[in-house]
Amino acid sequence: MPTTATRAPLVAIAGNPNTGKTTLFNALTGKQAKVANYPGITVDRTEGPGRLPSGAPVRLLDVPGSYSLSARSEEERISLAAIAGLGPLERPEVVVVVLDATQLSRNLYMAMQVMELGLPVVLALTMVDTLADKQHKIDVEAMSAALGVPCVEVTASKKAGLDDLMAAVEGALEHEAGPPVPWVLPVELAERVAPIELALPAAWDPAGPRAQALALWALLSLDEDDEHEAIEPGLRAEVERVRAAAEADGLNLEQEVIAWRYRFIDAAEPSFNAARETRVHERSDGLDKLLLHPLFGFAIFLACMTVVFQALFAWADPMIGWVEGAVGALATFTASVMPDGLVEDLLVDGLIGGVGAVVVFLPQILLLFLFIGIMEDTGYMSRVAFIMDRVMRSVGLHGRAFVPMLSSFACAVPAIMATRTMERRRDKLLTMMVVPLMTCSARLPVYTLLIAVLVPVGTGGPWTQGLLMAALYVFSTVLALIVAGVLSKTVIRGPKVPLILEMPPYRRPHWPSILRMLRQRATVFLRDAGSVILVAAIIIWALLEFPRTPNSERDFAGERQAIEAQLVADADGAADENGLTGADGATNESGAAADQAGASAADSERLDMPMAALEEALVDLERDETAAQLENSYGGRIGRMLEPVIEPLGFDWKMGIGLVGAFAAREVFVGTMGVIYGIGEDADEGSPMLRDKLRNEQRPDGTKAYTPLVCLSLLVFFALACQCMSTVAMVGRETASWRWPTFLVVYTFALAWLASFVVYQGGQLLGFT
Amino acid sequence: MHPLADLQPDTPARLHSLDGDRSFQRRLMELGFLPGTAVRMIRRVPLGGLIELEVRCCRVTLRLSEARQVQVTTP
Repeated sequence: MPTTATRAPLVAIAGNPNTGKTTLFNALTGKQAKVANYPGITVDRTEGPGRLPSGAPVRLLDVPGSYSLSARSEEERISLAAIAGLGPLERPEVVVVVLDATQLSRNLYMAMQVMELGLPVVLALTMVDTLADKQHKIDVEAMSAALGVPCVEVTASKKAGLDDLMAAVEGALEHEAGPPVPWVLPVELAERVAPIELALPAAWDPAGPRAQALALWALLSLDEDDEHEAIEPGLRAEVERVRAAAEADGLNLEQEVIAWRYRFIDAAEPSFNAARETRVHERSDGLDKLLLHPLFGFAIFLACMTVVFQALFAWADPMIGWVEGAVGALATFTASVMPDGLVEDLLVDGLIGGVGAVVVFLPQILLLFLFIGIMEDTGYMSRVAFIMDRVMRSVGLHGRAFVPMLSSFACAVPAIMATRTMERRRDKLLTMMVVPLMTCSARLPVYTLLIAVLVPVGTGGPWTQGLLMAALYVFSTVLALIVAGVLSKTVIRGPKVPLILEMPPYRRPHWPSILRMLRQRATVFLRDAGSVILVAAIIIWALLEFPRTPNSERDFAGERQAIEAQLVADADGAADENGLTGADGATNESGAAADQAGASAADSERLDMPMAALEEALVDLERDETAAQLENSYGGRIGRMLEPVIEPLGFDWKMGIGLVGAFAAREVFVGTMGVIYGIGEDADEGSPMLRDKLRNEQRPDGTKAYTPLVCLSLLVFFALACQCMSTVAMVGRETASWRWPTFLVVYTFALAWLASFVVYQGGQLLGFT
Repeated sequence: MHPLADLQPDTPARLHSLDGDRSFQRRLMELGFLPGTAVRMIRRVPLGGLIELEVRCCRVTLRLSEARQVQVTTP
């Protein structure tokens, strides 16, 4: 019933991070919340249905957690925009502010900012159970009286107090606006900010107390190095003028405003909070002594990261196998019930294959977000940012970028999703731009094949293959860090932001919330990125599949008819002469059949041999035909057209076709090479036939195609180029733009081309082959 | 008056003044780091060059380099 849903009142749930706000939201909405994006920005907007005690529906909105409504970037401004209903966003009828009872004064600061906006507000006090353990009490009624708004105790994990909270929301819905707040800006300050009120854009609806609240917001949010993109220049100029005038009079306006709010908190809080000194951190202190210890802490951190790494690499593998098995079974079943033809191929190879290309990412995404969820929920993620800050900062990255960087050794797609754990757009962007350089698991089949061609087992030193593989890992990691350093000083430049991190106390993870987050992440991936990946997969499949006419002098149809005719004739002859034995012989069990047949053995073998050879000839013919078709496909033609571009790197057009195929997923390169060299698409990196074929492949002039230098050049190219449409689609989705994915593709291919050029041409100059 | 970065654990101290970028000062003040407020040094983390502080029952971590921009008074 979308019509009633759009008319139901909107109730925003706001609060500091780590207050149990999302747990409360989940408890109130059940399992029906929907995740979308705020317009033009990649911040999740989560909305879900709720019910008032009267049975009337409401829509609940989970506002991103923050310590203050003040903002220095567009991402942070979402909290104000969602609560005040700025721009295209709907203004909520009631705002519930969630307050952590153990850190009440800081939590009240944000509640005051919300109340100043003049909206009806209900305060929800959480973590009261943590207080009760320690004989501290908060008098909810006195708090309600002191602040002038209803206040309710809730314990969302035990579903306690939820009815009282919704009853208070229902009461608040009867009012158009909140009551006047009991703290009043001193006249001197009010006079100074009055000109800012007049400069507020009309679209913000600056009327009544809201005008002053928005003016104070502007004063605390706009400065010379903020990252706002959509603030009217007139407002910015007025804020700077007012601030400069106050400074000329020796007045720090920001400090005066913030101190005014905290003065009220300090005066009012003793009337309802008996003991402001809580010892909630005591338990955490013991743990932190260990977890932040210079030696043990680092060791534990490395151990945790190893588990994450191992999970993405090894534990995800059987799950990926199940997914691939299920998709394969679906494809086989579909193929068996459908008539052969174009529609069948489109459905089986194009559509089902494309869906497989999407869902294959789910195991790693779910596992990574399971670990991130646990680390966030327990409070360990803040410590990770803490431990990694110095290393990551040296190349301009955020401490939290470590987890995405590490997981990109498994796959860049979940890693790019994980950049959401960072708040600043610049930090997210920088991480997303370098994560695709890390050696992901899809590169491993390609590396394995090329290293085996480059250094056949038994040649070189005993460690050469392993060292080469390790060198590729080091190369990609070092390069990713260098690129991060360069990008952070050029393309993704931004003011250095001081690190101010809250260290939340350690808490037990709340499993229902984590499971719910996993479901939402999976839905968002399948819906937003999955659709793009699916379309891209079908396009690449079609490029390599059509037109299906081999561009060759050879008469494949004629040759096939000849072989088939010969086969039929031989089979008939065998059946006539030997009866059942002949039929056995046709299925290549000639040895056993011959032994049993005794005297007729010689006969049987004489008849069989040509049949086996004929069947082999038929398979070879089909492989040659597929190879010829691939050469003539649109993708094959692109590969040929690429030859002049990739020739300086030592690549021929066949490798060019492999590069086109690799854009579907890097490991596809191996299968594409299998088809081109007539071994069949089932060839894998371990296939000795494919290795030998590549080693012996010759150019038209008779020289070897895969010289060590060419292999090295190919390896470098694969290490650097972001030839992965899923990564590109994911970056497009996470940046909500086409510019950043384009930049990613252009810079990584340029870098890959240059590096391969240096390797190949430089190597030749130095006399290597 | 000392820089916050030099504070020893469990020495009672009060914030005196803040320096540095406007947004840095504003963020700290909004977390309750106002002149006159009691501050306790919890630990220094040599691993990351960081310092953990407690103000108004909240734990906040700063880089040592940035904690030099905040002055405290000790009795």
